[in-house]
Amino acid sequence: MPHTKLRRLVTISVAVTLGASALAACGSSDDGSDEDDGAGSGPVSLTYWAWAPGMDKVADIWNKGQGKKDRIQVTVKKQASGDTLITKILTAHKAKKAPDLVQAEYQALPTLVSNDALADIADDVDGVKDKFAEGVWQQTTLGSDAVYAIPQDSGPMMFYYRQDLFKKYGLDVPQTWEQFAETARALKKKSPGTDLTTFSANDSGLFAGLAQQAGAKWWTTEGDTWKVGIDDTASRKVADFWGGLVKEGAIDNQPMYTPAWNKALNTGKQIAWVSAVWAPGTLTTAAPDTKGKWAMTPLPQWSATENVTGSWGGSSTAVTTDSTHRSAAAKFATWLNTDPEALTALAKEGGIYPAATTAQTSDAFAEPPAYFSNQPDFYTRAAAIAKNTAPSAWGPNVNVAYTTFRDAFGSAAKNKSDFGGALKKMQDDTVADLEKQGFEVAE
Amino acid sequence: MTSARRKAYGVEGASYARPSATSTRTVGRARSAPYVFLLPATILFALFFALPIGYAVWLSLHKVQVKGLGLGSGARTEVWAGLENYTDSLTDSELLDGALRVLGYGAIVVPVMLGLALLFALMLDTDRVRLAPVTRLAIFLPYAIPGVVAAMLWGFLYLPDVSPFYFVLDKLGMPQPDLLDGGPLYVALSNIAVWGGTGFNMIVIYTSLRAIPAEVHEAAKLDGATPLQTALRIKIPMVVPSLVLTFFFSIIATLQVFSEPTTLKPLTNSVSTTWSPLMKVYQDAFGKGDIHSAAATAVIIALVTLALSFGFLRAANSRTKQEAAQ
Repeated sequence: MPHTKLRRLVTISVAVTLGASALAACGSSDDGSDEDDGAGSGPVSLTYWAWAPGMDKVADIWNKGQGKKDRIQVTVKKQASGDTLITKILTAHKAKKAPDLVQAEYQALPTLVSNDALADIADDVDGVKDKFAEGVWQQTTLGSDAVYAIPQDSGPMMFYYRQDLFKKYGLDVPQTWEQFAETARALKKKSPGTDLTTFSANDSGLFAGLAQQAGAKWWTTEGDTWKVGIDDTASRKVADFWGGLVKEGAIDNQPMYTPAWNKALNTGKQIAWVSAVWAPGTLTTAAPDTKGKWAMTPLPQWSATENVTGSWGGSSTAVTTDSTHRSAAAKFATWLNTDPEALTALAKEGGIYPAATTAQTSDAFAEPPAYFSNQPDFYTRAAAIAKNTAPSAWGPNVNVAYTTFRDAFGSAAKNKSDFGGALKKMQDDTVADLEKQGFEVAE
Repeated sequence: MTSARRKAYGVEGASYARPSATSTRTVGRARSAPYVFLLPATILFALFFALPIGYAVWLSLHKVQVKGLGLGSGARTEVWAGLENYTDSLTDSELLDGALRVLGYGAIVVPVMLGLALLFALMLDTDRVRLAPVTRLAIFLPYAIPGVVAAMLWGFLYLPDVSPFYFVLDKLGMPQPDLLDGGPLYVALSNIAVWGGTGFNMIVIYTSLRAIPAEVHEAAKLDGATPLQTALRIKIPMVVPSLVLTFFFSIIATLQVFSEPTTLKPLTNSVSTTWSPLMKVYQDAFGKGDIHSAAATAVIIALVTLALSFGFLRAANSRTKQEAAQ
C-alpha cells in the first residue's frame, strides 16, 4: 500500500512538472527578426535589442522623423544588460533569429564577431569614423578593415571623492597612485573605521580599465596568432598595487554594488570611488544623502608627468548577420550615434555619455549632472579627460577572463593574499580556453 | 494484504476477460484504448523531456573548433569531440570541489529540515494543540516565497552593515560572526533552505499522520501509551513512507542547489561563480559560452542524481518489504 501511494505522488509530480514545462513553452514567444522581404524598396521594420533606458523614446524620434521619410521603422526590445545579452544574442543567432540591431559592449564585440553574429557595415558608414576618437573607433574594427559596430557611449575613468570629508580628515587629492596609497594610509591612521575605497572583485571592467591606463594590452594579434598579455608588467603593477593595499588593510576588500557598499558610501564610511563618467547615476541611487558633497577629478597617474585614463564600460550599436536589411540598420545606427538630436535625446533619456566627440561638448552637457551641481564644469572636465583614453585591446574570450577574474581575485581579496597569483590564473585560464577552442596562441 | 487484494481483483476480472459474443473489433478498440490514453503524456514526454535530454547529450559529444584568428564567417565549426568533454569535466577539480561543498551543505540541510518538519508535524498532531490551522499556515508560508526572494531577504540580514541582528549584537556587545565566509557560510546557506523547505515537508508528513486510523490511536490510549510513546512507537513508524518521500525530494533539491548561492554571490567574495556543480554548468554555458562542456557536466550531474535517488529509493523499498515480510 505505501508503494502505491508513493508511486502515485511521484506520478503526480511528474505530471505537474510536464504540465508546467508545457505551459512555459507556450509562454515563450518568437521575437526574432521581421520577415518582410521587401529589401530595398518597400517599408522596412527593424528590431533593436538594447538595455539603455529610454532607448524606445529615442527610436520614436527616428520613427517620426528621418525614419518616416526613409520608410524604416525601428522597434526597441528592452534587454538585460551585459553578459546575459551576449548569450541571448548568440543563442538567437544560432537559430538565425537574432534581431537586426543590438547594443553590445566593446569588449563583447570580438566574441560576437568570432561567432559570426555581427555584419561588416564598412560600406554603409563612410566618413563616420571622423566623429569619434581614434581609440574608441578602433574597438569596433578589431584592427581590420571591417566595421562591426558604431560606438555609442564611452566610459572614461575618473576619481570621485567626498570633498567635505577630505577636508575634514586633512587629505590631499591624490595625483599619482603613490599618493593614492599614502592617502589611504593617512586616512586609516586618522579614522580607523573609515576606508578610502574598496577593492571589489565583482566587476572585472574596473580592473581591466585600470590595467589599460597602466598600458596593458590584454589581447593582440600577430598574423593568425592571438597573443594574451593579461599577466604583463603593466597589469602586474596594478594587481600588486591593489593587492598591497588590501593586504596591509589600507582599503576595504568587500565587493561593491551591495547594500553594505551603498550604506558605506552614504554614511561616509568609504569616502572615494575609482569609477567612470557614469558614476553620478550610480551614486544618485547608492548614496542619495551625500548629493553635492562629491567631486570628480582625473584618475591618479602612474607617473606625475603622465595624463592618461582607462575606460570602464561603454557600448556600441551593431548590425547582425541575420538582418535582411543591413543597409537600413546601418543607417539607423549611424543616425542614433552621430545625429545631434539623437545624441541629445540619448543623454537626456538614457543618461548616456556619448562616444561622438562633438556631442561631448554639446548643449546637452552644458549643465553638470544634478548630483554634481557643486561642480559646474563637470562635463567640460570629463571631455578633457576622455580625450586621453588609452586604447583597449579586446579578444575573443573576454568572458572567460572576466569570469576567472571574479573568482580568482574574489578569493585573493577575501584572503588578503597574492594578487599576482590571481592574475597568473587569469592569464592561464584565458590561454587554456583559447587553445581548447583551437585558436593559435602565443604567450 | 496486497497480494490478497490482487487475487480478489483477478477473480472479479475473470468474468470481464471471458470472450463474449461481441465482435473482435470492439476487442481491438479496447486493446488500443490504453495507448490512446497514453498518447498525450507520451507526446509531452518526448517533446519536453526526451528531446531536450537527447539534444544535451548530442551537444556534450561535440565541441567548437576555431580556425586562425577566429574572426569573420566560417571561422567556427562544430566538430565531433567524443568523450573529451566528459573527461575534461570529470578531471576538473572545481567540479569535485563544488560537489564536496554541496555535500557539506546537504549534510546540514537535509537532517535539520526533515527533523524540524517531523517535529512540527508531530506537535501539530497532538490532541492538546491550539491554533493548529494558524500555526500550520505560519510554518508553511515561507515555502510560498520564491527561493530567490528568500535568499535576498536573508542576504540583507547576513550583511553586517545593514542587518538589524548585527545592530542588536553590537549594542549588546556580543561577538558578530561573519556569516558570509568559511564555515558559517554553510550555515547561512542551509538556513535559507531550511526556512523555505520545512513547511512543505511538514505538510507532507502531517497529512500522512492524519491518515492514521483513529482506532490505532484509541488502542494506544487504552494500552496506556503516553503522547511521547505514541509518537515514537506508533506515529513515526507509520509515516515512514512519507519520510522516505520527503528525504528523496530533499536529496534531489540539495544536489540541484543554485538560486541561494547565486543570489548571495554578489554580496561576498566567498561564493565563487562555480560554488555548486549546477552553478558551474550555468557559468560554463552562459558565462564562458561553452555549451558543449556545460552539457557534458549537466549529463554527469543528472546521472549522479539519478543513481543516488534511485539507489536510495531501492534501499528504502527493500527495507520496507523486509519489514512487511516479518
